[in-house]
Amino acid sequence: MSDLVTVRLKVNGIECEGRCEPRKLLVDFLREDLGLTGTHVGCEHGICGACTIMLNGEAARSCIMLAVQADGSEILTVEGLMQNGKLHPLQEAFREHHGLQCGFCTPGMLMTALDFLKTNPSPTEAEVREGISAVLCRCTGYQGIVNAVRAAARTLGGAAKGESGT
Amino acid sequence: MKPPKFDYHAPTTVEQALELLGRYGGDAKVLAGGQSLMPLLNFRLSRPAALVDLNRIPSLAYVREQDGQVRFGAMTRQRTIEFSPVVRERVPLLGEATRWVGHLPIRTRGTIGGSIAHADPAAECPAVLTALEGEVVARGPKGERIVKAKDLFQTYLATSLTPDEILVEVRMPAMPAGAGYAFEEFARRHGDFAIVGIAAVIVKDGARCALARLATAGTGPVPVRLRAAEEILERDGFSDAAIEAASRQVCELVSPDSDIHASADYRRHLTGVLTKRALKRALGVARV
Repeated sequence: MSDLVTVRLKVNGIECEGRCEPRKLLVDFLREDLGLTGTHVGCEHGICGACTIMLNGEAARSCIMLAVQADGSEILTVEGLMQNGKLHPLQEAFREHHGLQCGFCTPGMLMTALDFLKTNPSPTEAEVREGISAVLCRCTGYQGIVNAVRAAARTLGGAAKGESGT
Repeated sequence: MKPPKFDYHAPTTVEQALELLGRYGGDAKVLAGGQSLMPLLNFRLSRPAALVDLNRIPSLAYVREQDGQVRFGAMTRQRTIEFSPVVRERVPLLGEATRWVGHLPIRTRGTIGGSIAHADPAAECPAVLTALEGEVVARGPKGERIVKAKDLFQTYLATSLTPDEILVEVRMPAMPAGAGYAFEEFARRHGDFAIVGIAAVIVKDGARCALARLATAGTGPVPVRLRAAEEILERDGFSDAAIEAASRQVCELVSPDSDIHASADYRRHLTGVLTKRALKRALGVARV
């Protein structure tokens, strides 16, 4: 175990440091070394999207990225969404519109939706469906999630287009 | 699963990266966006002695116009291409095709050079490179060489690049002003690999067809350029009959395989259907 590397990064605004093997996946580093278990590990090959985080302001899969690659980056995980004891509008909308059941995919859904709404603040229902196609949900049938993302878009200032699904 | 052990290197220049590849003599893998290689490592289908990570080489990420081409640094992210004004102006076919590459959180990491070097025949970037008659720049210990798309893709996941070379740049000829274009794809779910994809570019000259370019994704071991169908259009123009004939012809030009996603017959049929759709949509976009 002599080949450990030091990883320094900012997670949810806090400077963090850890030592790990170069082969350690970023998601495992977040969960095991930093104790941030809000980010979930699903398929471990970039399909299910449960591990999605924000890396330097963009959504990325933390199961197909090495922790050492994130050295020097700024990361936002689901734990960092809540500000001053108040849920993020996306979280509020997921609660309000039944955008989750078991909750396994929820951190990935939230982080994906966050980046999606940043680049498309007023999405149509079809655009939301394409955006969240990056994350698999086995419980909800997606309708509640779609409604939640569109509701969050309205709260966050975009005017949702189209009539259906509102 | 988790990746097997490997030495990890993150050089900051291409020269350092080449030196590292030389040192491992073919046992190292180049890590670009990692959206295909990392899953292979997690599954332990790939067990390289070392990874040479290109993500710390800032000089490999750019989009610029030069000599009638749009040139992309190999590490240019697909998400950058999706929003690039130069791409929208000069190679809009690539912009449209890129929106079919994986999902949003894949495109933030995935790179154009990585996608092309990985050479998955169902991927979009290799089909676009083939349709536009683009080329790549490979740098190795003996210097740089240019490899044209038709000479690049050898078979499934294999290119003519050697293990001591790095794909450093992708070059696509700027599309003629007013060219029509379309990228049509069928997959079970948006963001999945294409069952079949078609890249189409046309240039109208009145009712005549001045140029037609058609290439496929997902119809065999490499992207297929559909030259015989292009010739029908270049000879007969864009009448419904000519488009029908070209769309029938493409089915004869591909030899797809059957797999769990679709049979060979279905893929062949789909090649015709998508060609017709792509041509009709390209005609709608084209300006004379």
